[in-house]
Amino acid sequence: MEFPKDVRYTKEHEWVRVEGNVATVGVTDYAQDSLGDVVYLELPGDGAAVTKDETFGVVESVKAVSDLYSPISGAVIEINDALVDSPEVINDDPYGDAWMLKVEMSAPAELKELLTADEYKKYVEEEK
Amino acid sequence: MKPQNPQLDEPLIFKKSSKMRNGISILKSDVGDVIPGNTIPKELLREDIKDFPEVSEIDVVRHFTRLSQWNFGVDTGFYPLGSCTMKYNPKINEDIARLAGFSKVHPYQSDELNQGALQLMCELEEFLCEISGMDAATLQPAAGAHGELCGMLMIAKYFKEKDKPRKKVIIPDTAHGTNPASSNLAGFTVVSVKEENVGVITPEAVASVMDEDTAALMLTNPNTIGLFEKHIKEIAEIVHKKGGFIYCDGANLNAIMGIAKLGDMGVDVIQFNLHKTFSTPHGGGGPGSGPVGVKKLLEPYLPKPRIIKKGKRFSLDYNRPKSIGRLKAFYGNFAIMARAYSYIRAMGHDGLKKASEMAVLNANYIREKLKGHYYLPYNQTCMHESVFSDKFQSEKDVHTIDIAKRLMDYGFHPPTIYFPLIVSGAIMIEPTETETKETLDSFINAMISIAQGTKDNPDIVKNAPHTTQIGRLDETRAARNPILRWKG
Repeated sequence: MEFPKDVRYTKEHEWVRVEGNVATVGVTDYAQDSLGDVVYLELPGDGAAVTKDETFGVVESVKAVSDLYSPISGAVIEINDALVDSPEVINDDPYGDAWMLKVEMSAPAELKELLTADEYKKYVEEEK
Repeated sequence: MKPQNPQLDEPLIFKKSSKMRNGISILKSDVGDVIPGNTIPKELLREDIKDFPEVSEIDVVRHFTRLSQWNFGVDTGFYPLGSCTMKYNPKINEDIARLAGFSKVHPYQSDELNQGALQLMCELEEFLCEISGMDAATLQPAAGAHGELCGMLMIAKYFKEKDKPRKKVIIPDTAHGTNPASSNLAGFTVVSVKEENVGVITPEAVASVMDEDTAALMLTNPNTIGLFEKHIKEIAEIVHKKGGFIYCDGANLNAIMGIAKLGDMGVDVIQFNLHKTFSTPHGGGGPGSGPVGVKKLLEPYLPKPRIIKKGKRFSLDYNRPKSIGRLKAFYGNFAIMARAYSYIRAMGHDGLKKASEMAVLNANYIREKLKGHYYLPYNQTCMHESVFSDKFQSEKDVHTIDIAKRLMDYGFHPPTIYFPLIVSGAIMIEPTETETKETLDSFINAMISIAQGTKDNPDIVKNAPHTTQIGRLDETRAARNPILRWKG
């Protein structure tokens, strides 16, 4: 299982990668592994506002439907349309092509509350 | 020609078609032919299915009879679907619902001509109030989640009329998944409360989030792990102190009816799933019915019309200025109400209590017998259902889905799987009260045999089912690229 060090994590199993004031959001390798084959993805529209710890979308696998929680607050500036059409990419490349949103952060200080790769890895091992 | 068992294979009805073969004789029309293209707008005309099947009557009958024999239902076998109470539907219910006075009435008849039906509905409301400890009820909602929505809309309207609308609803993660959805639909924001490894929520957890912007706490009790939310009274006090309501999802009422009244524990609103607790058909055999009971304070908000009893006469009252309005065409799914009424009258108080006791006993029997073989995340006495997981089997790369599929080889309907979400790889078993010890034992033996098979020959479990009409389906492909109808 992969825990890249260039992203921060939430306990709800989302990751966020920051470049300047823009945060890219997706779900973790552990999340895709627990979900199983993903068959459907619902994301907000461009310009939508997301709030830290509140839902921004839905991911559905053959096992279950799960809410997606935003790791940070801000305005959505880009969504990954290709991923909505081919949600199976979430299983193949969770930290790369399966990015979901790019968000212009309104409160970058929130990033400090997120987990590092080591902290997240430890959390996941405990959850198992 | 190779010998074959027609039970095992049945082509699509399109494949049985032969030009001009016919099941019925249609009289020659005495008006001229109508050409669809001349009378129906072009964009509404479908051209993609040209040849509808042309088959004889007996072929139609055989086709659908064979398909129906592939079905699995409570009448064909054990159906331990947790969270769903797939209990047996006694045949007496069908007799009662088919009485001409119930089956041939029309909702447009006057109240005078519908006295029997109105009396049944009025009494059913009274029974449900008696069972739950509520003051008034409506039978309108068409299913459990519809009942939830009805309850939350009433709570929203109550605060709106007081000119103090509230925004939030607290929902424990041990509640049913429909609870947050219903709250959202009624316009509330959901605040989640987590159970902390004990399977139930604590008063402290509720107190930490309860405030005067919170309209209600919505919980399922017994909860979705099959445990009784034992702090409910204390939790209700915390919520009431800040002016909020307690909504209890009554989907799991089968564990406590005749034993405990939720109304006595501070619950203000509850929905009943007649298709679960009160033995009316469930699933495809529905429709459902989700009556809602309320305490006095919310009574003015119940959907209208309400059934009024004056002396021995029954009538419908539309003059309900505070009502949230009508929720369903006419008065709800009446034929289902007739079945639930029949069940309650046939069982009586002692019978309903015994049913709950047996449901709990059966679930605990299974829990006790399987607990060494399957991981039990909450190892304590359960109510009407017990939640296991695939933790032991996962070591052999055998997962919940494989165990479920393998059960089909033993002739059982798989239990609920991967729910509740708070248990990873959940296997949720609800046997219900009507199953004999012999049936429970054969199910337990099948589960033990699968656990053993996982150790001895995991591939057999991973590739199950082997004895069914069709083997393991590619569910991922079916979900990603569904082909929903016949295409030439």
